[in-house]
Amino acid sequence: MIWGVIQFPGSCDERDALHACSLTGEARLIWHEERSLDGIDAVVVPGGFSYGDYLRAGAIARFSPAIESVAEFAARGGPVLGICNGFQVLCESRLLPGALLLNQNLRFVCRQVELLDGDERLSIPVKHGEGRYWAPGEVLDEIEAAGQVAYRYAPGDNPNGSARDIAGVANEAGNVLGLMPHPEHAVDPLTGSTDGLKVFERVAGALV
Amino acid sequence: MARARVLIRPKEGILDPQGKAVERALPALGFDDVEHVRIGRIVELETADPQRLSELCEKLLANPLIEDYEIETL
Repeated sequence: MIWGVIQFPGSCDERDALHACSLTGEARLIWHEERSLDGIDAVVVPGGFSYGDYLRAGAIARFSPAIESVAEFAARGGPVLGICNGFQVLCESRLLPGALLLNQNLRFVCRQVELLDGDERLSIPVKHGEGRYWAPGEVLDEIEAAGQVAYRYAPGDNPNGSARDIAGVANEAGNVLGLMPHPEHAVDPLTGSTDGLKVFERVAGALV
Repeated sequence: MARARVLIRPKEGILDPQGKAVERALPALGFDDVEHVRIGRIVELETADPQRLSELCEKLLANPLIEDYEIETL
């Protein structure tokens, strides 16, 4: 399978994302001005500060040629993974429900967190200042009932004040997934955990 | 060109930690009777098409899910 990793001016995690993708397939960088996703099986919108995060995180990236193509790709059922800033971009694009707000304690947080994927625990780092997941109460009820909450912070490990400990959500169809933690930084025993691979495998699994 | 000022702020009911931090700092300066501090931003612009300002706000300047906006033409 061939992954495409979108690169914006201000992206900073695209190299780790490429490396992580290359462990489960082939991986290519896609510059933000490109429109073509020909031959790409799954897309990663990586972390960083796209377009300087001016106005709101992800607000400008949403209108980039590459993201317009990603929206069409997602509408056709193509798997899309948004990580951190990529999650913010997907929420701003309305490809995912909700929004990411300033961390409740106003501090940039950078540490390992425990995530729950159902009963399974994953150890994956976070590093963000605007990661507090928020959506209106009725939307939270809906996405919980529909099984769209993909990852939660383990009890007591919510680093940013996210509603209902939500760390990652999927769209209704299940082919678009966004999360604040960085699975691409947890794919090598050298950095303490390889649990991040499971996130990439989950997205790749959306293909079958 | 028409000049306009757009005021954007977090929706009522959404925790605004910046506003809270300012609120908590005020008593130390002797301002004991200030509450409901909300922090937003102001965008000033000039446009030849002021009829489309709301659309512009909805699409880019504000995220209507989390923010309210007010348009003031100058």
